[in-house]
Parts: sequence; C-alpha cells; structure tokens
Amino acid sequence: MDAIALSRLQFALTAGFHWLFVPLTLGLIILVAIMETMYVRTGDRMYLRMTKFWGKLFLINFAVGVVTGITLEFQFGMNWAEYSKYVGDIFGAPLAIEATVAFFLESTFLGVWIFGWKKVSKKVHLFAVWMVALGSNLSALWILVANAWMQHPVGYELKNGRAEMVDFGALIFSPYAWTKFFHAVSSGWVVASFFVMGISAYHLLRKNEMMFFKKSIKYGAAFGLAATLFLAFIGDSSGIEVAKHQPAKFAAMEALWETQKGAPEYILAVPDVKNERNALEIIPIPKLASFLAFHDWNAEVIGLKDFAPDMRPPVVLTFLSFRFMVGLGTFFILVTLMALIYYKKKSIENKRWFLKLLVLCIPLPYIAGELGWIVAEVGRQPWIVYGLMKTSDAVSVNLTPGHVIFSLVGFVSFYSLLGIIDFYLLVKYSKKGPEKALEA
Amino acid sequence: MELTTLQVVWFALWGLLWAVYFMLDGFDFGAGMLMPFLSESDSDRRVVINTLGPVWDGNEVWLITAGGATFAAFPTTYAYMFSWLYLPLLLILFSLIFRGVGFEFRGKRDTDRWRQGWDITIMTSSFLASLLFGVAFGNIFRGIPINMADGQFVYEGNFFMLLNPYALLTGVLFVLLFARHGALWLSVKTTGSLAERAENMSRKLFIPLVAVAVAFLAATYFSTRLYENYIEMPMWFAVIVLCVTSLIASGTSSGVKAFGFSCTTILLTVFTGIIGLFPDLLPSSISPEFSLTAFNTSSSRYTLTVMTIVVAIFVPLVLMYQIWTYYIFRKPVSPEDVADPEVESY
Repeated sequence: MDAIALSRLQFALTAGFHWLFVPLTLGLIILVAIMETMYVRTGDRMYLRMTKFWGKLFLINFAVGVVTGITLEFQFGMNWAEYSKYVGDIFGAPLAIEATVAFFLESTFLGVWIFGWKKVSKKVHLFAVWMVALGSNLSALWILVANAWMQHPVGYELKNGRAEMVDFGALIFSPYAWTKFFHAVSSGWVVASFFVMGISAYHLLRKNEMMFFKKSIKYGAAFGLAATLFLAFIGDSSGIEVAKHQPAKFAAMEALWETQKGAPEYILAVPDVKNERNALEIIPIPKLASFLAFHDWNAEVIGLKDFAPDMRPPVVLTFLSFRFMVGLGTFFILVTLMALIYYKKKSIENKRWFLKLLVLCIPLPYIAGELGWIVAEVGRQPWIVYGLMKTSDAVSVNLTPGHVIFSLVGFVSFYSLLGIIDFYLLVKYSKKGPEKALEA
Repeated sequence: MELTTLQVVWFALWGLLWAVYFMLDGFDFGAGMLMPFLSESDSDRRVVINTLGPVWDGNEVWLITAGGATFAAFPTTYAYMFSWLYLPLLLILFSLIFRGVGFEFRGKRDTDRWRQGWDITIMTSSFLASLLFGVAFGNIFRGIPINMADGQFVYEGNFFMLLNPYALLTGVLFVLLFARHGALWLSVKTTGSLAERAENMSRKLFIPLVAVAVAFLAATYFSTRLYENYIEMPMWFAVIVLCVTSLIASGTSSGVKAFGFSCTTILLTVFTGIIGLFPDLLPSSISPEFSLTAFNTSSSRYTLTVMTIVVAIFVPLVLMYQIWTYYIFRKPVSPEDVADPEVESY
C-alpha cells in the first residue's frame, strides 16, 4: 500500500475508534443531567444514586473519547498537509472555534462536576453538568460544520491558489451542516439510551436494585424513543441534502445505475460493479428512491452510469452500510416503543426475553453509527472535498509508507490496549451496580 | 483591520496560546513526573493526582486551541509543520493520550500492580511530553532545513536531525521548568509532609534550572537568530530581564508567591522565544527567505477577522470560568479528602 491508502486507513481507524466513545458521551451526559435535575427538584436520593452510577460510566467512557480526539486534529496536518494547505483558510476556522467555544466549556465544567460535589451548591453543580452536556453537543456542531463543508463546500472562493472563506454565514448556516449535526448527535442519544436500557435490563434479570433500574429504563426508553423518532426524521432530511448535492453518493446508497424518473428502492440488492448493474434486486418498492431523494414520487434520480467509473464511490460498501444503518434505525424505534409500553404496563421486569434482547442490543446503535460514517465518508470518494479536491491530491507529499506504517502500528496497538482496558472497566462498573452507601 | 495588522495580532495570539498552555499544563507535567519521588504512600500519590483532577483536562484544551488556531490562522504553517515533524508529534500525542487515561483509570481497580502500572505511565508520559515539547520548540527556535524547489517549500531534514544538542538542551530546560513548576504547585496544593517534600524538591531543582537557563540563553546566541530582533529593538530585552527576574524571585520566595512567579517565568520564557522568532513561525536554517512566517502562510483577511471576533468574545469568557474553577478548588487536597467516599476523587 502507498502513503495515501495507508493514511486513509489510519484516518478511518482512528476516527472510527474515536466514534466508539463520542456518541455515548453526547447522549449519556444529557441523561445524567436530567437525572441530576430530578434530584435537585425532588431531593429524592434515588436520583442522586442514578446520577452517580451513570455518571461514573460516563467518565470511564469520556476519558478515551477526549484523548483520541486530539489525534484527528493533528492528522489533518500530519497526513493531509496538501488538504490543510488548500482548504485551511475555511476548514481550520470551525476546528479552532470548536476548541474555543465547546471544548473549554466541556472540560472545565466537567472538572467542577466530578470534583465539586462538596465544593459548590447543588444548583451550581447542576449548572455544571448542563454546561458539560452543552459543551459536548456544541463540539459536535462545529465538527459537523467542518465535515459538512467537505461534503458540500459553500461560502468559499478559489483565490491565491486555495479555497478562501468569503461567507462565514454560509458556512455555519449550511442546511447540510445542520441536518448532519442533528443526525449525528441524535444517533449518539440513541447509543446512550440503549446503553442505559441494556445495563438496566442486565440487573433486572438478576432482580438487583429493581426500583433503581426500572426507573433508569424509563428514562432510557423515553429519551430513546424521542431520539430514534427524531433520528429517523432528520435522517430523511439528510438524505435530501445528499441527493441534492452529492448525486453520486446518493446513487451508490440506492445502488441505482440508470438515471430514471420514479426510481425504485430495493430492500436489498447485490451490486455487480464490473457489469454496472445489480446482480440481484430483492423487493423493489416502486418510486420510493425518488420520494426519498426529493419528496416527489416521480422525480428524476441520477444513476451511477452518469458518472465516469473513477468518479463513483465504492458502491457495495456504501449501499450495504446504508441499508443496514436504516434497518437498524427502524428496529430501534420498535425496541424503544416496546420498552416504554412494557414499562407503562408495569410488567417489564417479567418480560425476561425482552430484557435479554435489551442486553443484546447494546452494541447495535454503535454499529449503526459506524455504518453511518462509512456511508458519509466512503460515499464521498473519490473526493475529499466534494467536487473540489480529490482525496489522492490531499496527502502530505513528504510522507513515506514507512512513516505511516509506523504510526498505524502505533495507533492500532495503543488503541487496542485502551479499548480493551476501557471495555473491561465499563463492564466491571456496570455489573457492580450503584453504590449502596448513598442510600439515605 | 489591515491584513498585516491581523497577521501580527495572530502571531501574538499564537505565542500567547502556547505560553498559557505551558504555564497550565506545565504543572500537570511536573506533578506527574515527580509523583513517585515525592510520595511515600498510595494516599500521597492519590493526593497528587487529585490536585490535578479538576483542572488538567481544561488545561490541555489550551493545546488543542493552540493547534486549532495554527490551523485556522496559519494553515500553510500548520500543514508543513505537522507533516514534517510527523514522528515527534506522534510521540507527543501518545504521551498525552496515556497521561490522560492514566489519571482517569488509575483508581478504577483496587490492586497494587494496576496502580503501579499507571503511576509509571503517568510519570513517563509527563516526562516525555515535557522533553518532546522542549525539543520541538528548540528546533523551532533554531530553524529546520527548509528549502525551496519549484516555488514549493521542501523539508530536507529527518527525525534524527531534530535531536541536536540545542534542541535537547531546550528539552532539558522544559523538563526542569515544568518539574519545578509542578513541585511548587504541590507545595501549595497539598498538606503536611507531602507539601514539605514538594517544597524541598523545588529548592533542589532551582540551581540546576538556573544553570540550564543560563546555558540556554548563551546557546541561543550561537545556535539561533533569535537575538536579531532584540538587537534591532533593544526595548524587548526588558522581557528577558523580567523573565530572569521572576525566575530568581520564584527561587527566593515560597508558597503561592513562588508558584505565581513560576507562572510568569514560563509565560515570559515562551514570550522570549516568540519575540525572537517574529515574524517566523518556523524558520529555515538554510536561508531566512525560506522561513514560514506570519506573513507568507496566513489565512485571508476575512478568515482572520472572523477568528479575531470569535476569540475576542470567547477567550475572555473561558478565562473567567477557568479562573472561577481554580478559585473553587483553591484549598489544598489532604489525605482525608481522598479517603472520603462522599467526595468523588481519582
């Protein structure tokens, strides 16, 4: 492999690893903040124990998320210097703003929240946790403004041999950015709700702290249902942005080869890239792809054949990732709905099969999130900035494969170690359950 | 504002961000390095880590902001500096990653081997990060072999050239500066015999630090072009004089005062370098014409204006709430604090 392929692999692995930790952070901190709000409002120690138990899991997860984020910022310069030079004038700004506006807020108030239980008043402490929640979700906003610009560049002009920012408003109010932001953060909220439901179900199966975990499931399910519905709604809006601005990606997501009006949607297909057709098309739903693209059943959707073969993204990976992401998303709505119904009927602790299902579901939203990023990033290829700069032109010119192999081996081994330790600690503290000492 | 004014402003901001970063994370590094030497028990080690607990993460964000600001304001420098210095940056990155998770993970399992493993990790990574940042800045002060070919900047160096005597001396300077900074921090932020040991350590480190600082100032004359700016505008020598004065003041005072002087020493040390560098962000050791400067690698006037507005609003706000957190956690950490189950601690 050459330096480009290795750098891509490295970015994919480090970003994918980072995204194993960020989504839980985004959602769990909101749930913890809601629990602490309930504690401050009612004074019920149950909510305090919930805040501390879920908060501890949040912190174990948070540590790895925060340290692996720096890697991504550094890599733009280290591996993608030509990219950084060409678009830094407009792309660097949201990254710098992310640090100034969001990271400081998140990490400073996190310190107050962890260590401040006896140092500040209850209300100030509550304020701190909401600031952490705001900070982490705001940082997602700025990073997705940056990413959306790579998907659909706006607010720039080509001047002085590079892309220069001319309209900051266009950059931050890009509809692509906002649909992407809400799609990504709500996927994180879903991760958190399944995490809370799954661990609670584990304890309910063992008849451990029934009150505590039934209450936790309630919050997880309610938050999860709102998040999954919102996720589906915003995912649909995201799709329209993709169809409008990235027709090749959309065609790959739908495995659509021919340009056509009233394009069908296949529940599943096996794309045959060599012969530019699908070897197998299972359950076509007439006109649905057109509807998803433009909310018009008869709209014309551009097919892959309208793009030269080297201008198409990898079709099989993009198509399958998209299919499984959507399938999982639909499944999540069902599960959260059922959890809420069983909770309302006061019978959730007796539905052992459903509790077991909830435990098994913990990893699924993580997988869906990773698939989503595969659709977004692999689907953008061969472009690093859609229509503006090719990925192959973006890599640092001085890099040798040796450099990247060295760093890649370093990342893979260090990250595996971190991942294993973190997983071990999460499992250990999840199984341990809430502290008894705090019961009053 | 004019483009050149903005470029000068952002050059100054770039230096300021680094200076604040080293002033803050410097004591985290120092305390991390010294932890095994100052502690006599696990309780001591936990006290050390818990003095850093509430603040280290917020301190590290100054680094991310310094990196982000370089990207936004000087994208060409960002691109070249990070790709040319690939391996050293990677090592810094790994050090920072392990230090961060070390704080968080150390107390999460109750066995001696687990804790010892993380203690060694925290010590080593704090030491390495300090040394490597010093080596990196030593090379920046000295310049690296940047050439020009077909109108493009080309790097003609390699990893081992970065380990030159001047850069290593700067590395040692950083290690000593931060170690003593950390010792002074602990002398203020801990109690009893631990605080005494920390204060003794800061005294022991003072003479070696002064010696290395003098050697550094002399070597800088021979190895770099930094003094050219000072000779051109001698009023800037005041910064070096102030820096040396606050170094001496930090050695002859104690407690909060000494720590405060140590803070200004670190700020002024970075300023000393930055003033000498101006307008270079990364000088070429081959010819000054090939240096990456604030003027030939900056973003457009529009971008710099937008970023100036963002910084003018948010950095004062950040400073306010960070100072507030230092105020909340102003009391020293005692062994009783870390033993109290009602108080969360690492």
